[in-house]
Amino acid sequence: MSDKFTKSLIIKFKIIIFLLSLIPLCRLIFLGFNDALGANPIEFIERSTGTWALVFLMLTLSMTPFRQWSGINSFIQYRRMLGLYMFFYANLHIISYVWLDHWFDLSEISKDITKHPFVLVGFTAFLLSIPLAITSTKAMMKRLGGCWKLLHKLIYLIGLLAVLHFLWLVKKDHTEPLVYASIFFSLIALRFVYKYRTHFKLSVIRR
Amino acid sequence: MLIHKQSDIIPSEITSKETFENRRTLIKAAGASLLTASGIFTGFINGSANAASGRQKINAYAKSKYSTDEKLTPYEDVTSYNNYYEFGTSKTDPSIESRLFKPAPWTVSIEGAVKKNKQISIEDIFKLAPLEERIYRMRCVEGWSMVIPWVGFSLAKLIQWAEPTANAKYVEFTSLSDDLMMPGQRMRVLDWPYVEGLRMDEAMNPLTLLAVGLYGEMLPNQNGAPMRLVVPWKYGFKGAKAIVKIRFTENMPKTAWMKAGPNEYGFYANVNPTVDHPRWTQSSERRIGGGLFTPRIKTQMFNGYAEQVGQLYSGMDLIKNF
Repeated sequence: MSDKFTKSLIIKFKIIIFLLSLIPLCRLIFLGFNDALGANPIEFIERSTGTWALVFLMLTLSMTPFRQWSGINSFIQYRRMLGLYMFFYANLHIISYVWLDHWFDLSEISKDITKHPFVLVGFTAFLLSIPLAITSTKAMMKRLGGCWKLLHKLIYLIGLLAVLHFLWLVKKDHTEPLVYASIFFSLIALRFVYKYRTHFKLSVIRR
Repeated sequence: MLIHKQSDIIPSEITSKETFENRRTLIKAAGASLLTASGIFTGFINGSANAASGRQKINAYAKSKYSTDEKLTPYEDVTSYNNYYEFGTSKTDPSIESRLFKPAPWTVSIEGAVKKNKQISIEDIFKLAPLEERIYRMRCVEGWSMVIPWVGFSLAKLIQWAEPTANAKYVEFTSLSDDLMMPGQRMRVLDWPYVEGLRMDEAMNPLTLLAVGLYGEMLPNQNGAPMRLVVPWKYGFKGAKAIVKIRFTENMPKTAWMKAGPNEYGFYANVNPTVDHPRWTQSSERRIGGGLFTPRIKTQMFNGYAEQVGQLYSGMDLIKNF
């Protein structure tokens, strides 16, 4: 496969992923205009945008294991877009919380954040994702050099907080948040397994 | 007669003798339209077939002085957004999963500190006292609220009939345990059956309602058919649904939610904007049916019923007794 061919294929895939990632938003808009968001539309929007932020976080984190285990390096090319979509849906989540749910009542919001652990961890995860979004450009990557990689390790902490946020918000039936938690920890585990495996192989070769 | 007869046609006019005898099977297949025509009593006994497809009017009920004049939450929302874990943990589960639930025949046992253990059928409960429509605010512990026109009568009427002894300090309500009709019970999210309780003076307060209907109709399955408790100054979970047992006790009953989360759900569970829940703010609430751009409203002490029930808790530490 020529380099040029691969490049154009990647661009095509990027366009497809870009458009597919807009479906959850389009769905909300469609349901909203058809008055089909249920009895509690604000809760519906908060839930939906939150869930999709979490899904995109998982997708972002799965690009590295996909690359490692399949040997197809181009997986890494989609990681940034997926990460930015996570940030996009997290923003919609926060906007629906601050605007639709609390109507910019900042004293209520700050009370909610400080008093309720699930809100606190969720909000922290959002704050931590801001620097990652800002430094996601190629220019920033170059400027930060080695620091960039270290900074973007924050994604693991964000993932942990996001999973906790979901787990703590649920009243009794923890099935759904536990599904996300297990996906998250599997993605982490896959990295360790891969690292250990290559480490082992190298030591065999060295001998 | 309590239940509205929707048609004047007598059964023999539309049903041959043969089919009339096979009515049970026929009713299940034919659904509500034939059922309402085939008579009140049958309709009641076969309420299950009916509940799945039709809605039954309650004919006679009086207006109540306890009603609020706030805007009603639409019927559609009241019957599609429910917390009823016996039918699943999602709000939309109960309206779907309760379709095969049979609210008739139904018997409620009266036990514990009473003169004599008794059983009463739902038909007899309907005759126990005149029905009233009570429009109450309902505040859920999760921070949303509705305004619902219930039909029922004060629980006090049933308690008087039950004849509790002097040892009765509390009333315990047990909901149906049946994982065939209530598929949500196959998952042990709560320690089934659902148990709720009230202090005797709370139970005797005229506001405490035994509801058998809403919006002028028999209680839909997803709202607790055939009979549920409504305690408007307490968080919604206090309102036990599909009650099969009422037991009078000397000690405070251990409720399902107290067992599930003792630091989150107390026995009293009075609506109180100043006592926060570990998860949700209790100072404000979202009124269901308001649409996307309607702000929250302030939650009132005892859900706005402080005048009627405030004295029940005078001298009590409401932070400790949450």
